[in-house]
Amino acid sequence: MTADAPRGVDAPPELVQLLTPEGERVEHPDYDIELTAEEVRSLYRDLVLVRRVDLEAVALQRQGELGIWASLLGQEAAQIGSGRALTDADMAFPTYREHGVAWCRDVDPVKLLGLFRGVSNGGWDPAEHNFHLYTIVIGSQALHAVGYAMGIQRDGAEAATIVYFGDGATSQGDVNEAFIWASVFNAPIVFFCQNNQWAISEPLEKQSKIPLYKRASGFGFPGIRVDGNDVFACLAATRRALQNARDGQGPTLIEAFTYRMGAHTTSDDPTRYRLAHELEAWKLKDPIERVKAYLFKNQLADQEFFEKIDAEADALGKDVRSRCLALPDPPPRAIFDHVYAGAHALLDEEREQYLTYLAGFER
Amino acid sequence: MTTLTLAKALNEGLRRSMEDDPKVLVMGEDVGKLGGVFRVTDGLQKDFGEDRVIDTPLAESGIIGTAIGLALRGYRPVCEIQFDGFVFPAADQIITQLAKMPLRSLGTLKLPVVVRIPFGGGIGAVEHHSESPEAYFTHTAGLRVVACSNPVDAYTMIQDAVRCDDPIIFFEPKRRYWDKADIDLAAPGLALDRARTVRQGRDITLIAYGPMVKTCLEAAAAAEEDGRDIEVIDLRSLNPLDVDVLTESVTRTGRCVVAHEAPVFTGFGAELAARITERCFYSLEAPVLRVGGFSTPYPPSRLEDHYLPDLDRVLDAVDRSFAY
Ligand SMILES: Cc1ncc(C[n+]2csc(CCOP(=O)(O)OP(=O)(O)O)c2C)c(N)n1
Ligand SMILES: [Mg+2]
Repeated sequence: MTADAPRGVDAPPELVQLLTPEGERVEHPDYDIELTAEEVRSLYRDLVLVRRVDLEAVALQRQGELGIWASLLGQEAAQIGSGRALTDADMAFPTYREHGVAWCRDVDPVKLLGLFRGVSNGGWDPAEHNFHLYTIVIGSQALHAVGYAMGIQRDGAEAATIVYFGDGATSQGDVNEAFIWASVFNAPIVFFCQNNQWAISEPLEKQSKIPLYKRASGFGFPGIRVDGNDVFACLAATRRALQNARDGQGPTLIEAFTYRMGAHTTSDDPTRYRLAHELEAWKLKDPIERVKAYLFKNQLADQEFFEKIDAEADALGKDVRSRCLALPDPPPRAIFDHVYAGAHALLDEEREQYLTYLAGFER
Repeated sequence: MTTLTLAKALNEGLRRSMEDDPKVLVMGEDVGKLGGVFRVTDGLQKDFGEDRVIDTPLAESGIIGTAIGLALRGYRPVCEIQFDGFVFPAADQIITQLAKMPLRSLGTLKLPVVVRIPFGGGIGAVEHHSESPEAYFTHTAGLRVVACSNPVDAYTMIQDAVRCDDPIIFFEPKRRYWDKADIDLAAPGLALDRARTVRQGRDITLIAYGPMVKTCLEAAAAAEEDGRDIEVIDLRSLNPLDVDVLTESVTRTGRCVVAHEAPVFTGFGAELAARITERCFYSLEAPVLRVGGFSTPYPPSRLEDHYLPDLDRVLDAVDRSFAY
């Protein structure tokens, strides 16, 4: 990278890439993938639909319908590629930004919106989707994922675990401890780090002097860096790493080299800390445009297909919006629900007192 | 007089501290170029440089642990924990090391570390961004724990905290960051460990700190219309506790309500109630009553208005006190 080139724009040489930003297929000796036209179209559809849900959520936040939203803009390929590599039996542990992975695990997007709207702190049954709850405390979930993987290992199950985290998270003790546990116990896990170059206002240099994927070797397992804006590469590399995990070969760290195209969250103002030309440079590497170009060039899809997907995206956006607006606020008594598995004298008393107090206002 | 928000008053106070003492450092996540997510450290890195205003890696244990090392080397680090719910990765360093090292050195080591924590709810945030963890720290001997409630105090309290040789947990009422007040930047403040009677009254004493002080003042104003004369005390310091001010007041009024956002059960109010009962037993007309959060995790934001004690819940407790 030259001194004044925008951050991370010159692709580092070790990057696994199967589809260039211009939509050209490239070969890679270790990570190739055979995809049918139907499969590519399906990936394209996923990418477009999750971007549409994300845009709708940003708009809803702007209109005061969500408290906050963490946009995945720019990270669609990393999430769809890795998410579509999972089998039903595999388990995923997300951060708060994995809306694309949630999509792959059939979690209703409105449930994600509900969390950011403030009607729940979770909202879905992790066991139903093999997709854990969002985790906001940076890095915590890495240890949970390793423990879960150790459980899979003890069960002798044909499954693996994947855990998502960001570049900033790699500084946390929990993430480093997770690397150690996974390595020592040879746990069937894939560490999927989306290096979107920023942790709120802090660029990657504040977290690491070496490329993140190289951290793995010090812990004793392989690390690779994939083009995080290349859905083919993300799919191929994650498939391989998951299969290795299921085969008893232990953990892999995948660094998906990507870019946070939006603000950290809707509360953030990135103009305070990063330059517009960096964003412009990354726009040329858009994860969706390259798939579209590939489909076009190879005549795997026609105009009608793209129009159909756009129409489907619009309909999805509308549907998500209307169902989000219809989300009821939970009743006050819900504050006391599910804190404990069974009855709890103090909570019962507080609930009773508070509901009586509230009833006093109705009289 | 200068009109400043609470966030800006902290910023001005930090600026003064840094100007006065070249050993003062500011460190934390996003405190440099961004100026902190609440802009409390806005502009400090530009003026004092990256060696004194440090954007740290994303690791709270690292922030406090290295601050301890810097303090051992003669620096006075002011650490920012971005939100209340994220102090826990640093809990080990705070509780096992920061709080105890001076004692273990038989007083030869000083750890003048300030840990700033925006705390409390009311801003419509997601999980872990609205908590009130003060009791964990008041329960840890070796730490001073303070909470500012208004811009005037924020300005002097942060400077006093930086000057203090003990480690201090400094709670900032995040939903009051944007409250404004006129500040005389040259006026000295009340000592850091003193409580302040912010409203005088004869009938009952309300005790609060941080964000609840304003709520209690509003409750007192509303009660005035009903002919009730409420005294309000802003604790400012939770550890040490200015018990004499509380005793004097409750001995006079004979009634006391304690309010905080944290859960009532084993919350800081329990200590206040016990201590006041011990000191004022023969003057009390009613038990000391507590108002606060429920014994549940902080709820999703659409329910937070139910969880947070508001003016009505404070006055309900006042009514209950008078019913004795
Ligand atoms: C333990 C902890 N500390 C601080 C925060 C506040 N915070 C939320 S997101 C974030 C940056 C995360 O950066 P990264 O890991 O790169 O993930 P990204 O948001 O870029 O996806 C910070 C500091 C937090 N959520 N948890
Ligand atoms: Mg990041």
